[in-house]
Parts: sequence; C-alpha cells; structure tokens
Amino acid sequence: MDINNTSRKEFLASLLTTGLVLAGCSTKKSPFEEGADEMVKPTGEKVKLLSVDGEVIEVDKAFLKPVPDMPAVTNSEARRGIPGKKFVMVIDLSRCKNLRKCQAACNHMHHVHSDLNWLKVYPMDEGEHTAPYWQPTTCMHCDEPPCVKVCPVDATFKRQDGIVLIDSDRCIGCRFCMAACPYSIRVFNWEAPDTIPEEVCGQPYNPETSVPQKKGTVGKCDFCPDMARKGELPHCVSACPNGTFFYGDLNEDSVTNGAETFRFSDLIRDKAGYQLMDELGTKPSVYYLPPAARNFPFEKGMENDKG
Amino acid sequence: MEHSNSLRKVKKAQLHPIHKEKVVLSDEQIISDLLPRKFGKLGIIWIAILLAFCAVGMFAYYRQLRYGLIVTSMRDYASWGIYISNFVFFVAISLVGSLITAVLRLTGVHWATPLTRIAEIIAVAAITFGAIIIIVDMGRPDRFYNLFLFGRLQSPIIWDVTVITTYFFISCLLLYIPLLPDMKILLSNTKAGGPSKLYKFMGSFWKGTHLQFRISKKAINILCIAIVPVAFSIHTVTSWLFATTYRPGWDSTNFGAYFIAGAFLAGAGAVNVAMFVFRKYYKLENYITQEHFDKMGKITVMLGMLYLYFNVNEYLVPYFKMKKPEVAFLDSLFTGSFSILFWSAIFGGMIIPMIVLLFKKGRTPLPMFVCGIMIVVGAWFKRYLIVTPTLLQPFLPMHNVPESYKHYFPSWEEWSIALASLSGALLIITIFVRFFPIIPIQETIIEQHEKEHHH
Repeated sequence: MDINNTSRKEFLASLLTTGLVLAGCSTKKSPFEEGADEMVKPTGEKVKLLSVDGEVIEVDKAFLKPVPDMPAVTNSEARRGIPGKKFVMVIDLSRCKNLRKCQAACNHMHHVHSDLNWLKVYPMDEGEHTAPYWQPTTCMHCDEPPCVKVCPVDATFKRQDGIVLIDSDRCIGCRFCMAACPYSIRVFNWEAPDTIPEEVCGQPYNPETSVPQKKGTVGKCDFCPDMARKGELPHCVSACPNGTFFYGDLNEDSVTNGAETFRFSDLIRDKAGYQLMDELGTKPSVYYLPPAARNFPFEKGMENDKG
Repeated sequence: MEHSNSLRKVKKAQLHPIHKEKVVLSDEQIISDLLPRKFGKLGIIWIAILLAFCAVGMFAYYRQLRYGLIVTSMRDYASWGIYISNFVFFVAISLVGSLITAVLRLTGVHWATPLTRIAEIIAVAAITFGAIIIIVDMGRPDRFYNLFLFGRLQSPIIWDVTVITTYFFISCLLLYIPLLPDMKILLSNTKAGGPSKLYKFMGSFWKGTHLQFRISKKAINILCIAIVPVAFSIHTVTSWLFATTYRPGWDSTNFGAYFIAGAFLAGAGAVNVAMFVFRKYYKLENYITQEHFDKMGKITVMLGMLYLYFNVNEYLVPYFKMKKPEVAFLDSLFTGSFSILFWSAIFGGMIIPMIVLLFKKGRTPLPMFVCGIMIVVGAWFKRYLIVTPTLLQPFLPMHNVPESYKHYFPSWEEWSIALASLSGALLIITIFVRFFPIIPIQETIIEQHEKEHHH
C-alpha cells in the first residue's frame, strides 16, 4: 500500500485495475453474487494485464468483474487516520498555467456544489514590482490548525497522519472555522449540492470520502485519504498535466507527482521551498516552490481565467 | 385633543427645567401610579406592529430552513452577516442589566432604583433573543444538541454558550427576586382572573416578613456581586469569537475592553430610550424625574468618552502602521465602501449624542430620547462594521468564486429575521410591562419612607 515503495510497474498495474474497476462500475452485478460465473460468455476480446509475478498475460474482457469499492472506514477510524504517515504536498509554482484541471477533477470526484471550489488557483500579484504568478491553493492541513481550535463540536479534527478532516454528520454549520482559517480555504454548502448523482446520494457518508456533501455544513480539500488507503494519489495530483502537485509522506521524505519522485528535503532545499503565511504559526503541510524559471508566462493563464 | 394638550405641557416643562421640589407621595398614590395597566390604542397598535414583524420573520426562517442559508446573502467570504452582528448587538445591550441593577445597586446609588427593573427586563429580553438569533444563524440547527453531546471546552463558542446561559439565569433571578415584594401588592390590588393567577403562581409565598426581606436582600446582593464578572465575561468572550482569529480588524488585543465599553454605552442609550417611553406613556413624571435624565445623561457621556477612547486605539493605531493585510480593510472603512456607514456610526452614534448630552439642556427627556435612539442605532451599525468588512478583506485574493460572493448586502429574509428578533425582544419587554410594574413599587415605597424619615 505504500505509495513510495511501489515500483513504477506495480503502480501502473494498480492504475490499470482502477481504470477497469471504474469502467466496469456501470454494470450492477456483483462478482460475489451467486451464479455470477455462469453468466459470463467470453467475448473474444482480450486485454493485456500484468500478473502478480510480473508477467504479461492476456485475459478475455468478459472475465474482468467490477469489484465493489473497499468498505468505508468507521467514523472512529476516519478520525484516527492512517498510522505511520505524515502527508505533505509540494506545489511547484513554476509549472502552473492556470489550466485548473486539478480544480475540475477535485470538484467532480467530490461532487462539490457548482458554485464552490475546494481547490482555488489564485493570481498572486504581491507587490508593485514583483512578478505575478498562479498559485494553486489547497487546504494547508496545518499542524496548528486554527479551524480545529475553534470548532465547538469536534466536527473538524486533525488525524495522526496530519490530515485535517470534516465530519459532515456532526458539523452544526456555525462557520467559526471559516472565520478562523487565514487561507480562506473552507467553503460552505449554502444549499444542498446540485452535482451529486443519484447513486452517490445513497452512499454511506464517511469523512474520508467527504461524499455526499451535506447542506448547511462546511467542506474543504481533504487530501483524499480514501485514495491514500488505496495506494493512490489525490485527484488534483493525477489531474495536472504539468505535474505541478507533488504528494507524499514526510516520514519517508519522498513526494511524487505520479511521473517524478523526489526526496522531499532535497526538493525543498534545492528549489527554496516555503510555506504560505507561516508567520501566523499555523505550520502548514503544504510547501510551495517559488516560480523561478517558469514553464509558462503568467499571461498564458489569463486566457483560462474566469475570475 | 387631550393628548396633544398634555404633550404641549410636557414640552414646556422640558424647555424650562425647573428644579422640582421633592414630591411627597402617599403609599396609595405610589401603588395606583405604578400598577400595570391594560394597553390603550397606542399599545395595541405597537403590539400589532411587533407581531407583524415577528410573523414575517418566522416565514422567512421557514424559507431558510427549507432551502438552506442560500436564502441569505452570506457566502463563503462574508460567511457571517447581520445575524452575527445582531447577536453581538443583543449581548451588548444585555450588559445594561448588570450595569444599572448590579453596579449601581452595589455602590449604593439610590436614584437608580426606579430604573433597575427597566434595565433588567431589557437585559433578559436581549439575551434571550441573542441566543435565538445565534440558533437562526446555524447551518444545521437540528444538530444543536451536538453542542452538549460533543462540546469541546477549548472552543470560544462553548465558552460563550456557558457564560451566556449563566448570565441569563442570573438576570432572570435578578428580575424575579426584587419582583416578589411587588407580587404581594399586585395580588391585593388585582381582580381575580388571568393575571391574578399568574401572580399567585409566581409569588403567593411572599408574605413580607422580616426574615423574607432579609433573605431577599442577601440573595439580591450575592447575585449583584456574581453578575458583574459574568457580565464582563459574556461580552469579552463574544469579542473573542473575533479576536481569536488572524484577520485584519479582528486580530486585536483591544477587543475585550473595546466591546465592553461599547456594550455599556449601547445599554445606557437603550435605558435612556426606555425611560422616556415609559415615563411618557404611563405618566411617571414623579418617579422618572428630570434628575434621573440628568444623571443618566452624565453617565452616558462618560461611557461615550470611554468608548471613543477605545475606538481611537482600535482604529488609529493600525492606521499609523498600515500593515499590508490591514491596508485594504482600513481603506474600506475610512474612505471606501463602508465609509458612509462608518462615519455615520462614529458621529451619529457617539460624538454628536455625547456633545448634546454635555449640556444641561441636553440632559432633558426629549433630547435624551433622541440621543438614545441615535446611540442604539449607531451601536447596531457599528457591530455590523465589526463583523462583515473584515470578512470581505481576506488575506488571499477573492478568486474562483461567483461574483455574488465578493459582496454582501442582506437579503429580505435576513432583514426580516433580524427585525423579527428585535421585535421579539421589544415584545418581551412590552408584555412584561403589561403584567408587572416597570418601576419597583415596594422599593419606591420604602425609599419614600426613608426620605420622609430624613426630613
């Protein structure tokens, strides 16, 4: 399950399986149903797969079944977190072009209300003579989270793996956490989200998936712990075509954007990584690499900007 | 019409305030003057208006429950709006109970005795609707019990819930216990029927014995002492709902004292208004005298100067430095989108009333009433200026949001609900006055006797 120890081949295999699982999601038959095997007729179409031993094998497409998603974790397990991990994110500002594919993926996978964005990409125009740049901003999952400090009902909490989550079944909607967050990263479901498909509506809620979002509660980036449990990267990381987001484990000192993997400390040292508004004492878990030697001029991002 | 004639007479008295001779009133006179009366036409119209506002507000709240907080204009940036500023306003006004009832009682200021019940009912009504408006602001009021099942002691909201509940109970007791001696008078002077049953239920055990008076006096004393730290706590903790965040305009060490000073001023203004209204409507010129207006006026000026001092500290010092996060915020208050509101609240709500009340002619009933209204209205807008402008100047740019998220002007639902809460508080006061004497009868009688003994 360790992202960092997975070799590239195994990683691609797991991606492939996920892809097939997602593709097969439309069929409603569970492979654990009685008589599921007898109903299969080989279609003659073969698919190449990587076996557990590292061999390439061919399997008839009809024999590939959708596996029901892993059972949801309990509320107490979701509050405890994944042991032994300390998740961090590094965002390379020299790569961001304001394509906002990260935002689209995150909104889509979490069925966020159409007015809201959990991930924002800000045009940072700091000073009179400094050069503007695009800054993708996720929740900082602070180690001294002001939001957690002020929540009256423990609806938002920090886990042992560093992730700050929201329990939408407990949130009373007082919005104190929104006032407390200096990064303005939290959004509120002023009405019930309008993007939730019916199957998802009925899904049992779990703070790790943050789906379905509920009316009158707060929502925010959750670092996709449900993906981490499956050994996968958050949706924003996978969605960015420029590989702007690096995600990883501080305990293993390693971050990856799916294609490249770096030693976290080396990356921060060599590219002068910094944290946003760290003088406030929030101890964010998100680091930024300054936009030196940019891949794209700032204006390229203006084409895509909707304000 | 008879009404306009008496108005002219009262006006004349105000224009030439003569030092009134201390009127000696008989016990029977006091009782008949101060007994609660049925409402006249004006009273019925007043109640009808208040009920109408409440009804519209309840319909608006039904819409809010059904569709969500989307019916308000609050969005992700202005995530707190006039519900919260109304809440702060209510907590501020309710401090007057502790000021007049407790502080003035403890310091042996006897001229304030007629005003204690006015102050206390304002306090109870305000704190009740403060609690109600906070529940209205919640996104999930159906989960209100979570505050008690899962409450975190570390959260300033839990501190607020605790101190406000405590203050509510102490205020109710400070309203009830001094009311007991009057209950006996009410029972013996009211015909059998609805109100009489209420008085019986509330206070028939009060016989007026020495022992009862002694216990009552001691209890009131203890409550008066207890309420002072609680009163300071409620507004300090409410200010900490803002001061415990990093935002410009809120990240201030000044907030606790600043809020309390503002609360006392707003409460004093409210009492001035109530004094005038009750005196006029119930013809209580012998009980709420020119002297009362003069003394309350002086107190109001003092409180106004104190609040002005805190405002100077709160706004001029950051203005000197102009730290980057505060530049946009201060500009919006001084010269930008909130400037008209800001300067109106400062001048109309503080400076002009203070100047008027500095003069002896200003400390007469009608000017006091007008200044009281200006102070209270100014206080309401000042609380709004504390809550929302800060939220509209976040640290990071307002981006990737719909255009409506970058502004805030309350929707009709918010206005109705806010007005309904204010009407509800006024309704509590009005209904109280219908059944209970707004000026303590027994205490007035006792003090009248003490005055006679003096002579």
